[in-house]
Amino acid sequence: MKTKSILLGSAALMSLWTSDIFAQTGSPYIHDPSTIVECDGKYYTFGTGGGGLISEDGWTWSGGAVRPGGGAAPDAIKIGDRYLIAYSATGGGLGGGHAGRVLTMWNKTLDPNSPDFEYTEPIEVAHSLDDEDCDAIDAGLLLDPTTGRLWLSYGTYFGFIRIVELDPATGKRVEGNEPVDVAIDCEATDLIYRNGWYYLLGTHGTCCDGPNSTYNIVVGRSRNVTGPYVDNMGRDMMKGGGKMVIAANNGKTGPGHFGRYIVDDGVEKMSFHYEADYARGGRSVLAIRPLLWKNDWPVAGEDFKEGTYEIESERRGYALELAVDFVRMQTPRMRFWGDVTEPVEPLKPQTLADVIDTWPTGDIGVRIGDYMFRPHQRWTITAVPESEGYLGGQYYKIAIEGTDRALAATADAEVIAVPKFTGAPEQLWRIEQLTDGTYRIMPKSVPGHDEELVLISAADSTPSLGKFDMNSDNSKWSFHDR
Amino acid sequence: MRKNYFVKSMLSSCAALLAFMPAVAQTSTTSRPENFPPPRQNYVIQTPTYLSDYFEEGTTPSVSPDSEGFIRRWTVLEPISKPNRSNTVFTDSYLNHVLDSVYFKDQMTVLPKNGDKVKVDGKKLKWHALDSKLYNFKLYRLAAALKKPVYGVIFFAVTVIDCPEDIENVRLSAGSNSASKWWLNGEEVLILSGDRRMVADDGVSKRLTLKKGKNVLRCAVINGPGMSDFCARFVDENGNPVNNYTISYQ
Repeated sequence: MKTKSILLGSAALMSLWTSDIFAQTGSPYIHDPSTIVECDGKYYTFGTGGGGLISEDGWTWSGGAVRPGGGAAPDAIKIGDRYLIAYSATGGGLGGGHAGRVLTMWNKTLDPNSPDFEYTEPIEVAHSLDDEDCDAIDAGLLLDPTTGRLWLSYGTYFGFIRIVELDPATGKRVEGNEPVDVAIDCEATDLIYRNGWYYLLGTHGTCCDGPNSTYNIVVGRSRNVTGPYVDNMGRDMMKGGGKMVIAANNGKTGPGHFGRYIVDDGVEKMSFHYEADYARGGRSVLAIRPLLWKNDWPVAGEDFKEGTYEIESERRGYALELAVDFVRMQTPRMRFWGDVTEPVEPLKPQTLADVIDTWPTGDIGVRIGDYMFRPHQRWTITAVPESEGYLGGQYYKIAIEGTDRALAATADAEVIAVPKFTGAPEQLWRIEQLTDGTYRIMPKSVPGHDEELVLISAADSTPSLGKFDMNSDNSKWSFHDR
Repeated sequence: MRKNYFVKSMLSSCAALLAFMPAVAQTSTTSRPENFPPPRQNYVIQTPTYLSDYFEEGTTPSVSPDSEGFIRRWTVLEPISKPNRSNTVFTDSYLNHVLDSVYFKDQMTVLPKNGDKVKVDGKKLKWHALDSKLYNFKLYRLAAALKKPVYGVIFFAVTVIDCPEDIENVRLSAGSNSASKWWLNGEEVLILSGDRRMVADDGVSKRLTLKKGKNVLRCAVINGPGMSDFCARFVDENGNPVNNYTISYQ
């Protein structure tokens, strides 16, 4: 009996992990992925050891990216119409010494099949000497949007993380620039800027130990690019400070090597690797999660989980529902004064069978109303794996629980619920967590429309499709299982 | 990048790839004081370590904690050899076994003087009374400067906290690379286990009383591959540093 319970428990756990969807799909096997860069409609990331991954939609990845030079932990950035790659072809670690060299090189394109694909000769921009308090590998690049200056962070657990300035026109080190020590106790760093703050993302913990890797991503911030970078407790990263951004979760261990990708105003992604994805036999895989900001701190958003939810409009707090008759619960009025002498029986919630015969059989309009956890307000959201994807996610079917009645975009840029899900693009929904933790819900396409439209609240009670506006709660939704 | 110096089989890891890098030797041209030992390495190294880079010999009978309360004065024993291929073995049980083992006479009671020696496994190891120039005590650099093993080691350190009166409800706050154990007046007060980097205020003891007069604070830090160091201070109920005591070697 006990064994059976344990087995059932294990099965449930495995189910939880495998149903949590892979970090990405295809063959996303990589270690130390560079910041994702888009080139001619495709996404690229490079990893340790040379080469990297390519994706046409940002969800399904495969090998094929080309980066010469081998070595460790590159980073990539687009500057103007060119791509700058920083990587370390050298380093210490197993050799016992810690002499390292960070190199940069340019390419006009990242598409290895393009006639323009040709890397420039690598240039050394930083180095560490044997047994120095630094290990010059693990490059991270930031083009400061406020100044146009280009910065490089590098280093590992062996001594200091350092920052140097590069020339964004040449990729060379700015003449006379001296390294600045900004952190200890981390590696695989990256620099980002937002809202007046510079952020130093670093990877802490044990690397390269599969399911036992305790790698995790931490952050400190500073008003100056050269630091000091402090954590949420005011602790300097030079003293080991760092606020957690993401740690092991849901059958995946060892997140490391942060990169940021801005999709849209209010829509950001963070790329990294998991040292071990249990569902993939413990292999190191690329992962992409929403990047959230709370009190000017970066926070890992959630992988969207399939389930049945209330879809709540952020505008007023009403819930998305079918425009059908509200069927009252037929219960006697219960006295609340005086002694309760009769047995207390719980009410049975309204079920789909109680109401479905009152619904039209064809298309049904959709509105927003008071959430009463009734069948016409409960939406089951399931992934549609065969429908391609978008950066960091896949498309979903949104249907009334227990039915095939699915949310769909219409040619007049409105929304309805069709009686049967067909997998048509207007019935596929992109669900992305926004930087404030709410979500935007976007059809894969709207018939007759080229522009991207999202599900909006046109009024408290009326949904529609419209342009996404991060500054308006009309564009935002949240999901609740309640 | 992997911290593990010894594991050679993980070619998929970035650090493993780094093994292919040739080291180019050159000598440092920086002038150094002559009263400190030469670098540890028995081969020409690009950046030799000198004690004077990180430490100085205390010239006053006692010092105060630094402005942030960190204790910089310690008497440290040269590293005891304890080879470990990885720091991931530093479980609580392992530390209770290894760091509670007796390696030399009067291990938990001795107040050594600078230059005193003890015998461990037939080898004589020397105590070094030093003040760190930094808030933390860089054990890796101490060993490197002394031409001693830097990896696969245990360091024992001791310092004396002299209080003008009882100071109640303080906590020892420490960080270490890698794992460590801490004792105050002979009582174990803190253990930091696992493959751990030195982070200030990483862990604290339960509330303690520093008694009037001398209190003896000891630690043992164990490390396999990578850097090794520690930092320690006492903090009050609010996490603020405690400064109203002095620190001496004896």
